[in-house]
Amino acid sequence: MFDVARIREDFPILKRQVNGKPLVYLDNAATSQTPQQVIDAIVDYYSRYNANIHRGVHTLSQEATEAYEAARVKIQKHFNAAKAHEIILTSGTTHGINLVAQGFTDLLHPGEEIWVSALEHHSNIVPWQMLCERSGTRLRVIPMNETGELELEGFLKELSPKTRLVFCNHVSNALGTVNPIEKIISAAHQVGAAVLIDGAQAAPHIKADMQALDVDFYTVSAHKLCGPTGAGALYGKEAWLEKLPPYQGGGEMIAEVTFEKTTYAGLPHKFEAGTPNICGGIAFGAALDYLNAIGMDRIAAYEHELLAYATEKLLAIPGLRIYGEAAQKTSVISFNLEGAHPYDVGTILDKLGIAVRTGHHCAQPVMDFYRIPGTVRASFSFYNTRQEVDTLVAGVGRARQMLL
Amino acid sequence: MEQNGIAAIQEEIVEEFSLFDDWMQRYEYMIELGKSLPKIEEQYKTDDHLIKGCQSKVWVHAELVDGRLVFTADSDAIITKGIIAILIRAFSNQKPADIIAAKTDFIDQIGLKEHLSPTRANGLVSMIRQLKLYAVAFEAQLES
Repeated sequence: MFDVARIREDFPILKRQVNGKPLVYLDNAATSQTPQQVIDAIVDYYSRYNANIHRGVHTLSQEATEAYEAARVKIQKHFNAAKAHEIILTSGTTHGINLVAQGFTDLLHPGEEIWVSALEHHSNIVPWQMLCERSGTRLRVIPMNETGELELEGFLKELSPKTRLVFCNHVSNALGTVNPIEKIISAAHQVGAAVLIDGAQAAPHIKADMQALDVDFYTVSAHKLCGPTGAGALYGKEAWLEKLPPYQGGGEMIAEVTFEKTTYAGLPHKFEAGTPNICGGIAFGAALDYLNAIGMDRIAAYEHELLAYATEKLLAIPGLRIYGEAAQKTSVISFNLEGAHPYDVGTILDKLGIAVRTGHHCAQPVMDFYRIPGTVRASFSFYNTRQEVDTLVAGVGRARQMLL
Repeated sequence: MEQNGIAAIQEEIVEEFSLFDDWMQRYEYMIELGKSLPKIEEQYKTDDHLIKGCQSKVWVHAELVDGRLVFTADSDAIITKGIIAILIRAFSNQKPADIIAAKTDFIDQIGLKEHLSPTRANGLVSMIRQLKLYAVAFEAQLES
């Protein structure tokens, strides 16, 4: 049995009151909460072995280096990458995307094409637009349909040797749609294009297998996985990482420096200039330990149940429309009350202690598609309960009374 | 201080809000006030009149009538409409110089303090700034 009451005990923040009401935290797609085990790892690092890594001969530095590198291996194992040095520790998903986008600048030629999906977060649109401007390549879009799923037909037909890169999120942050990345990856590979998958929203729900997916790049953020903010990972196939130039210059990423010439360090350090977020990386590892102790399959099954329950209950509210009704979805519900602005609904829910996200969710093209200013987004995690869903439903009912 | 001065109107608003016991009543009243907002003419609902920094859209127009600034506005969100209605009630039909000098701490006293934080998505701070900017612009015009 999935003992959610027991799991909630691990999260001190869930005991908080907000506006005089018990906190109902349903903004997990923006950031997840942190269990005591991860908080302990952070405290332990700063209390016992805070030191700079990789070059120190002293004991603290060696302990910190070992813990940091052990975290890299945990990330490697979690995502089943073939090699630990294929995991670049980053500040998060956006950093990973920019590292790849920057790296491809000189590998592209005018007239070549880059594809992105219509479901992207701004962080997976803007860096590619900038790359297109730099390289003279053309940005093309895989369209979406009314249910919030990608329409692959045009993309599959138009793929050609001109296609060099394809970007897509594994799961849409605005709608929760699970995208058919397996199909996208294999089709792109047939024309020799590289694929980057933004796994920020998928990672909390789906344990992606790098080798089985045969993906070229996959990027995640720790803070959506019960870890700290400012930490994340980029997986890249060894061959691609060898080919890409370093992203930033600085300490840690060099082998030898003279004023005539610098030779770069090998993987993964070539992409890790400067002192990294050491504590963040270690805490990321602790967060994966925590999730794996519960079991990602069990987490996904529980969240799926919660999603079905919440969907049914919310749809019973008159005038409520859910955006994104893909067959494959994670536990995200984007909705609007007919006649009410999402901002108004979110403000009233906050007064009731319920944390949801409102707005365009950094996915304006998705909102434009539905011709709406934004949505209210409730996103559920494995520590949420059916009672919290009931509180949300009652809160939306209250908002409806007040606003309509 | 003249009788219908900004401070007096603000006091009146604070008094009205003090009748309510809880946030729900305050919000319901604010929503009511939004309905009496002097509506901006459709032709002014353009990007030029849009206040930046709000999650909902807020348009404000200002016009000088007999040396006093008259504001009209609208929003696509009901709570935001209530907030801008309260501000306009306090600042409209006043001399630009008085608007520039006016305090805004009455917002705090009517239990909307949380909306004053600059990180709040509704942009109450942006709205106040915009009303005052209009006043500064028209004051400059009056002086020249």
